[in-house]
Amino acid sequence: MEKVLMKGNEAIAEAALRAGATNYFCYPITPQTEVAEYLARRMPEVGGVFLQGESEVAVGNMLFGAAATGKRVFSSSSSPGVSLMQEAVSYMAGAQLPVVLVNIMRGGPGLGGILPAQSDYFQATKGGGHGDYKVLVLAPATIQEAVDLTMLAFHLADKYRNPVMVIGDGMIGQMMEPVEFPEKYIEPPLPPKTWAATGAKGRKPLILKSLFLDPIALEKNNIEIFKKYAKMEADEVRFELYKTSAKNRILLVSYGTMARICQTAIDELESQGISVGLFRPISLYPYPFNELRAEASRSHIETVLTIVQRVVGERKPVKFFGRTGGIVPSPEEVIEQIKQLLGKGK
Amino acid sequence: MSLDAMKATFTRPESLTDAVTHYCPGCTHGVIHRLVAESLDELGLRERTVGVAPVGCSVLAYNYFNCDFLESPHGRAPALATGFKRLRPDMIVFTYQGDGDLASIGMAEIVHAANRGEKFTTIFVNNAIYGMTGGQMAPTTLPGQVTTTSPRGRNVKEVGMPIRMVELLATLATPAYLERVSVHSPQQIIRAKAAIKRAFAYQEAGRCFSLIEVLSTCPTNWGKTPTEATQWLNENIIPYYPMRVFKTPPEAGNE
Repeated sequence: MEKVLMKGNEAIAEAALRAGATNYFCYPITPQTEVAEYLARRMPEVGGVFLQGESEVAVGNMLFGAAATGKRVFSSSSSPGVSLMQEAVSYMAGAQLPVVLVNIMRGGPGLGGILPAQSDYFQATKGGGHGDYKVLVLAPATIQEAVDLTMLAFHLADKYRNPVMVIGDGMIGQMMEPVEFPEKYIEPPLPPKTWAATGAKGRKPLILKSLFLDPIALEKNNIEIFKKYAKMEADEVRFELYKTSAKNRILLVSYGTMARICQTAIDELESQGISVGLFRPISLYPYPFNELRAEASRSHIETVLTIVQRVVGERKPVKFFGRTGGIVPSPEEVIEQIKQLLGKGK
Repeated sequence: MSLDAMKATFTRPESLTDAVTHYCPGCTHGVIHRLVAESLDELGLRERTVGVAPVGCSVLAYNYFNCDFLESPHGRAPALATGFKRLRPDMIVFTYQGDGDLASIGMAEIVHAANRGEKFTTIFVNNAIYGMTGGQMAPTTLPGQVTTTSPRGRNVKEVGMPIRMVELLATLATPAYLERVSVHSPQQIIRAKAAIKRAFAYQEAGRCFSLIEVLSTCPTNWGKTPTEATQWLNENIIPYYPMRVFKTPPEAGNE
């Protein structure tokens, strides 16, 4: 198929449709509103359901009801809106319902700003709402990858009967890049959705719920859910290495748009004879802990620039560099940081 | 009369399970469950019905109804019902909600679902108090009514007057079927049944959103015997919450 130039938000919307997710609920919020606008036009063409809800609280719960039918359903929002959806995400995780949620992150806390940020990392990867649960989190660094991971997200949601989040910073949502959609989307077979509420005809009634007043029953339910997380941690770790080498003294660790900026900085440093590598997590939960630890342990690595103190902090010195408030660091800033670490700074 | 000539004249509706409910003596949830179940039976809807349970005393409604069920976060049942019904307009969807669930935390969800004209049915059980959490003040609690969070009686100067939900929803321009009924006497139960069945019939025909408010007693949290509670409902609840049809959809063909 030919490549087409698309804005990230629109490409994500189209990718969902191509993955058979023709049921979308939304509430407007910058910088992801183009997903909703694109689907408002496109959904009638594919005979799907498009509905603008009265709030993100309602939208999250519309997803619960819609997901209970067994059909593929999704929503997109940005940071403050995603916070409001967390109630429903917790209930859906408890009731084991598949759903895909796209968070085009903006700066916080509070109303924050509308420019790109990655500050919902902890909300996304630690669960986000109340209770013992996790959502699988995928973080694209290009528009093409946003397309690919959005399509994959629906498969993983069905596979694990669990919410899956695609988190892109505002840059991913707003930037335009050429993308290619698969001619024919083929995915591995999934088990039949015998859990879906389709009416109690010829079978016992089916209840989709998260309430277990008996603590023994709740513990049993949670242990079943934990088994899914263990399987995700074993099978769904995704990451990418860029110009890593045993000779490098510095390993950058970064995801999403920031990883792209790091790549630019790495290329520029390479032209100056300085070799630096990048470890890019693609799945943020499950996080590629073992793979990062292995990479950071390679002989000459002295410093890992990241938030991953916990992973390698005792083995290697870890430094953080980032900006906040919706400011995306420039490649020059990254280069300056690296040169300072190498004792070559200005 | 011989045993052979005897026949059952009163049986459990197929849409109810044989589980014993957890409801308190004198509570009307059991009666209302039965009226919903009889309606589903008589219209032949059970096998394509999904109910949405609230948070409150009736959270366990799915143990008593013999049809598929979803369990909603507090107040969000109309949002769940919207999501489900939009994807499966061929199925019958109803929410079953109390007054804390619907009129307080779920106010936005019910108003917008009604205003969008979602084609599902809401059974709204109003007993003017929070039951499951042990008798706190609800938006529907009457002026002066004593609850655990209004121990000196509801002070309307501080918290306003009770909300009349059906009247509020009746101001919306979108067509709907809205009626308030009660189940405190056999005569009222017959009227309530007719209203509930009519609401499901409208849904089956894809006509409109329906909400039937059912006035209910809560002897336990009102601190009364079941008989006293019925009397109190007659003397206090009904005068504030008039029972009548507030809105009907236009005749088919004139919509």
